Amino acid sequence: MHSTLLRLVWGLATVGLAGWLAFTLANPDADRRVFQPGALTDGHHQIELACESCHAPFGGVRQEACLGCHAAELEAALDSHAASIFDDPRNAADLARIDVRACITCHTEHRPEITAVMGVTLPADFCAPCHETVADDRPTHRGLSMDTCASGGCHNYHDNRALYEDFLVERGDGGLETFAGALPPRETWVSWDAGERAPLTAADADAPAPAAGDRALIDAWAGSAHAAAGVGCGDCHRPEGTAWSDDPGLSACAACHELEPEGFLAGRHGMRLAAGLEAMSPAHARLPMRADARSRTLGCGTCHDAHAVDVRPAAVDGCLACHDDEHSAAYADSPHARTWARELSGEGPPGSGVSCASCHLPREPRRVAGAERIVVEHNQNANLRPNEKMIRDVCLRCHSLRLSIDALADPALIRRNFAGLPARHVASIDMALSRRE
Amino acid sequence: MYGNVRDSSAAVDWAVMMMLLVGRHRLATAVLLVSVLVAGCGGGSAGGGEPGGISPQAMADALHTVIEADRTVYARHVVNRLQDQEQVIEASEHWQDDRTLPLPAQMFRMGAELAAERTDRFRYALLSKWPVNAQNAPKTEMEAAGLVAVAADPSQPFYGTESLGGVDYFTAVYADVAVAEACVNCHNAHPDSARDDFAVGDIMGGVVIRIPVG
Ligand code: HEC
Repeated sequence: MHSTLLRLVWGLATVGLAGWLAFTLANPDADRRVFQPGALTDGHHQIELACESCHAPFGGVRQEACLGCHAAELEAALDSHAASIFDDPRNAADLARIDVRACITCHTEHRPEITAVMGVTLPADFCAPCHETVADDRPTHRGLSMDTCASGGCHNYHDNRALYEDFLVERGDGGLETFAGALPPRETWVSWDAGERAPLTAADADAPAPAAGDRALIDAWAGSAHAAAGVGCGDCHRPEGTAWSDDPGLSACAACHELEPEGFLAGRHGMRLAAGLEAMSPAHARLPMRADARSRTLGCGTCHDAHAVDVRPAAVDGCLACHDDEHSAAYADSPHARTWARELSGEGPPGSGVSCASCHLPREPRRVAGAERIVVEHNQNANLRPNEKMIRDVCLRCHSLRLSIDALADPALIRRNFAGLPARHVASIDMALSRRE
Repeated sequence: MYGNVRDSSAAVDWAVMMMLLVGRHRLATAVLLVSVLVAGCGGGSAGGGEPGGISPQAMADALHTVIEADRTVYARHVVNRLQDQEQVIEASEHWQDDRTLPLPAQMFRMGAELAAERTDRFRYALLSKWPVNAQNAPKTEMEAAGLVAVAADPSQPFYGTESLGGVDYFTAVYADVAVAEACVNCHNAHPDSARDDFAVGDIMGGVVIRIPVG
């Protein structure tokens, strides 16, 4: 009797648990973290509830899922180890040891205990299987251990555009100079021609009450580039005959600003939206954030005031309103911050100031619809994986290559937000130059 | 795999299909060449395969004819002319950065990679016993033997079979000759080059073509 009851309870509990698990698994809105074998990397934890972003049901992780988000940057990086290089059957023996064609060979998810920088889950000497004998051809490499190739500031696996030998030789002269350079000019790039519409004034504001009564808001807009370009309240708040919304979403901005949302949605700020989840918030962040920012959510308007349309506050104040890690907190007293203050006050010429955005959301020359444009890369992480990505388009505009490489390889200096000179020296330039003597 | 192309009309169909599949001028030409070759043989063996089929060897030879022709044209009429004779633009390794012409070897590899994206019926590579890029040194026994053989007698291709990653391949190696000044000037001066004494007409390496068989 007693044991029958126990069996019944056990059976019911089992069925109930199985049912609950099945329901949770099948329901995209449920909290499915219960199925996670281990925490995700810093680059993916934002979308941990969107399992389908990476997993095919019963099919594992598809290579196309990785490439869907990362292919374009790999191509732009002139990927030194593109999978297409290795498809040749002559590499069969190497591939049997390490199949470098699949992203997940080196970047296994849910394994925090073995995950290193850049989400690499192989031991740090992963170059060895194919490049063990490098010192035979390059005496400069004698005595170097294979776990320093990619961690020492000399090489990256994918992106070596600022590190390859000829690049080092060409720009390797001199010491740790800084000179008065300039970042690319600011340029607004929208999908329609300036001058298409007549400018608007405060009298043209077509907002309903109570917004209509907010004088400060209306005046800010009337003085902005939006009003000057003929963009009125309804264009954003009531696009194409929809009901008035006090808080227009990304799509309202994207209607004219086509390029920026793409980067935003690809970065850590916007990737939750891209995966169909609710917007990213400092509350979900792993980096230290200000306590008073926890309830904020990330959209265009988080950093940009659409009524004032001055992009400069977004470049520092926008970031520091949430970010509260050592590097961010050290910005205020950094040499870069001084250049930014001078540019804002008019003492320094346009482009001479270095804000957070200068490095993390940089203005980049790009070809758009056949024309050379300056576009802001709104993927805040594009320049950070790995950080040598910022050398070419940002650092070198004012610093020598030597200083740039050394500084980016010095974590303590990065934490101090580049106050002072690098304590580390990366020998790559010296090695490259010595081979040409 | 290649033995089942039984008659010339099937071979032509197959060639047209390949053209559509591959969509690339030079490969299509190569495949057409193979089919014409087979048609011309009137059902006979074209180099040791099954009667009536395109043998891997005939296919490799045809592919090589086109690859080598394109490679020579690029080296002579693009790189050598523009870089060494008219001195208009250089060919350099970092051609995207330098806004220059891709090196002949890079041109070769880009073509090989694009072809491999579109078909797995064959794969080709440019290798050498004296490479600039250490990854272009021979890796398999067949490659090593082939490069030695064609360096000794460039008029004769080297043929063999090998098993790589569980797949059997027919492997052919053809001599790669320094057809222009540009070849030797660049290789001899390159800091990574294993040799600095190449002369025009020398064998600099070999083209390896692999065709999965069986
Ligand atoms: C401007 C410099 C330059 C020119 C001109 C040049 N090469 Fe190369 N060649 C290279 C470089 C660099 C590589 C290595 C490419 C790579 O990374 O795979 C290479 C690769 C090769 C290889 C493969 C083995 C190796 O060395 O890595 C062969 C064979 C070869 N070249 C032959 C030739 C021939 C024949 C010509 C003339 C038709 C020629 N090269 C013209 C620079 C040059």
